[in-house]
Amino acid sequence: MLKRIVGVLATATAAVGLLAGTASAADLIRIGSFLSATGPASFLGDPEKKVLELYVDKINRDGGINGRKIELIVYDDGADAAKAGSFAKRLIESDKVDVIVGGTTTAATMAAVPLAERAEIPFISLAGAVVIVEPVKKWVFKTPHTDRMAAEKVMLDLKKRGLSKLALLSEDSGFGKSGREETLKVAKERGIEIVADEIYGAKDNDVTAQLTKIRNNGQAQAVLVFGLGQGPVVVTRNYRQLGMSLPLYHGHGVASKDFIKLAGGAAEGVRLPAAGLVVAEQLSNADPQKKVVMAFTETYQKQFQAEPSTFAGHAYDGLMLAVEAIKRAGTTDKAKVRDEIEKTKGYVGTGGTVTMSATDHMGLGLDAFHMVEIKQGNWQLAD
Amino acid sequence: MSSHRLAPLAVLAVVAALLPLALTNNFLLNIAIVAGFNAIVCVGLNLLIGFAGQISLGHAGFFGLGAYASAVLVSTYGWPPLAALLAGAVAVGLLAFAVAKPILRLKGHYLAMATLGIGIIISIVLKTETKITGGPDGMPVDSFAVLGFQAYGEKVWYWIVAGLLLVAVWAALNLIDSPAGRALRAVHGAEVAAETLGVDTAGYKVMVFVLSAVMASITGSLSAHYLGFITPSASDFFRSIELVTMVVFGGMASTFGAVVGAVVLTVLPQLLTAFQDYEAMVLGAILMLTMVFMPKGLVPTLSALIAPRRRV
Repeated sequence: MLKRIVGVLATATAAVGLLAGTASAADLIRIGSFLSATGPASFLGDPEKKVLELYVDKINRDGGINGRKIELIVYDDGADAAKAGSFAKRLIESDKVDVIVGGTTTAATMAAVPLAERAEIPFISLAGAVVIVEPVKKWVFKTPHTDRMAAEKVMLDLKKRGLSKLALLSEDSGFGKSGREETLKVAKERGIEIVADEIYGAKDNDVTAQLTKIRNNGQAQAVLVFGLGQGPVVVTRNYRQLGMSLPLYHGHGVASKDFIKLAGGAAEGVRLPAAGLVVAEQLSNADPQKKVVMAFTETYQKQFQAEPSTFAGHAYDGLMLAVEAIKRAGTTDKAKVRDEIEKTKGYVGTGGTVTMSATDHMGLGLDAFHMVEIKQGNWQLAD
Repeated sequence: MSSHRLAPLAVLAVVAALLPLALTNNFLLNIAIVAGFNAIVCVGLNLLIGFAGQISLGHAGFFGLGAYASAVLVSTYGWPPLAALLAGAVAVGLLAFAVAKPILRLKGHYLAMATLGIGIIISIVLKTETKITGGPDGMPVDSFAVLGFQAYGEKVWYWIVAGLLLVAVWAALNLIDSPAGRALRAVHGAEVAAETLGVDTAGYKVMVFVLSAVMASITGSLSAHYLGFITPSASDFFRSIELVTMVVFGGMASTFGAVVGAVVLTVLPQLLTAFQDYEAMVLGAILMLTMVFMPKGLVPTLSALIAPRRRV
C-alpha cells in the first residue's frame, strides 16, 4: 500500500513538473504556437512547425532579438478546433507567451481569436479565410493570402483571355467552401458568369460525375477548382481522362510540388494563382521579393532536402513579422508589439510585400499573387 | 441509497470542492472543465454500455446536435440560452427514441450500427449546411445567460460543471439502485431470464438510450457556450469512439469508472505534450497496456486491489 502511495505521489510530482517545466528564464522572448502538425491538415502544419523551429534556432544562434533569445513553444492541435482553443489558453495562461504565431486552419484560428482578444495578446494567424481579419480584430493578424484574392486573380486572368463563363468545382472542406463563396461574390463584381457550381468530397477518389456534368453543360469556357490536398489531384486526373480541354484553373491551395508530382502529366497546362515563392528563380532581379524567397528556399532545401511549399512560407512570414515588430518596439510589451505589427510597412516576405494598417491586418495586395502555369512538370510565370 | 455508494460520491464532492485550490490558472481550470463535460457524457453513456449492455457509436453526434442547437438558436435567432438548451435536448431525445424504438426490439448489436450511421449523418449535415452551421469552419456561440446572470470565465464554469457532474453521478447511482436499475442489470446479465420474469427489456433499453443521448445533448449545449466557438469536429465519429474509450478505460458498469476514465483521458494528452512528436504513440501504449493488464478497466481493478473482499 505504502509503495503504491509513493508511486502515485511520484507520478503526480512528475506531472506537475511537466506542466511547470516551461516556466523559467524571464529574459527570454516567448513565442507560442499551436499548429496542425498531425491530422488531416498536417501537410500544412508540419512544414509550418519545421520552419518555426528552424528559424527560431537560426535567430538564437545569431544572438537573438535585441540580445534576448527566443523560446518557442509549439503544440499540436491535430486540426481540432476545440484542442486548438485549449492550447491557445495554455499558451496564454500557463506558458505566458509574449506573442502567438500559429493556427494552421481557419477553424483553429477562429477558436483562438476570442481568447487572444480577451487576453490582449498579439496573434498572427497562418490560416487562409477572410473572416480572420474581416472585420478587423484589434489583436489578430494573418500572413496568408485570402481565398478572395485567389478568386480575384483568376477572374482577372479570365478577362485577359477574353473568357466570361466559368464552371466552378469546389471541395466540401472549409477551404473549398469559403473559396466557393468568395468566388461567387467576386464573379458577380467582375462580370463573370458562373454557369456550373459543382461540389466534390475531400476524400472522393472519383470526380468524373461532376466533371461530366460540367463538360455537358456546353456553356463553360473555363473550369475553376477550389480544394486542398489530394482532392485537386483526383480532379485534375479525371479531367484529363475525360479528355476535357477547357482551360483548367486551381485555387492557391495546390501550390506545392507534391501536386505536380501526384497529378503527373495531367497537371500540364493547369493555371493557378501562387506566391512568388514557388517561382523564385523566375522572378526578375528587380523584384524585391527575389532575394528573400531565394534565401528562404535555399535554407529550407539545405535543411529538409525538399522544396518549400507556400505554407512553409506563411510560417516564416508570421515569425518574421513578430520578430521585426519586437525589434522595433524594443520590448515585449504586448500593446507596443501589437502597435508595431500594425505599423508594418513594406516588409518583403515569401507571400509578398506586407503593408498593414488599422483597417488591414493582412497587408497583402493583389500584386502578391502571380499567375503561374504548370509546364513540363514545373511552375512557369504566366503573367 | 446505501452508504457504500454514498461514500465515493462524498469523496467526489470533496475533490471537486478542493480542486480549484490546486488549479492556479485558467488553463488548468479549463482542462478540469473539459474533463468535467466529458465525465458527464460518460456517466450517461456508461448507463447504456455498462448496465444495459448496448454500445452507442454516435454519442458525439448527440453532443454535437445539442451544441449546434444552442449555437444556432441563441446566436442566430436570439433565443434565451436555457430555452435553446431544452429545445435541443427534447429534439435529441425524440431522435434517439425514434432510432432506438424499432431497433432495440432486435437482438444483438444493431443499436451500435444504427448509432454509427446516425452519428455520421449528423456530422455530415453539420458540415454541409454551411448557411446554418457555418460549415467545417464552425461558428461562434454567445455566452450562457439566465435571468440576468451571465456565465462567463473559467471559475464560474468550473462550479457549474462540478455541480452538474455531482448531480449526474448522484442520479446515475440512484437509477442503478432503483427497480429500473435492477431490471437493467438483469437485461445485461441474462436477457431471456429477465424477459421470463416480465421485465420489458426493450422498453428499458430504449429509456436508457434516450436518457444518455439527452445527457450528451445538454452537455454539448453547455460546452458550446463555454468554448464560445464550435466546429463539426465536436460531432465527429472519432469523438464517439473517444467517449466509448473513456467508459471502457475507466471501467464499464462503474459510474465512478466513467468519471475517472473521462478525467484521465482528458488530462493525459495535455501531460504527454512533453513527448512532442511521440505523443500519440505514448498515449496509445498507455491505453493498450491498461487494457491488457486491467481488462475490467481502471476503477474496478484498482478497487478490487485495495479492498479485495468487497464487491463494487
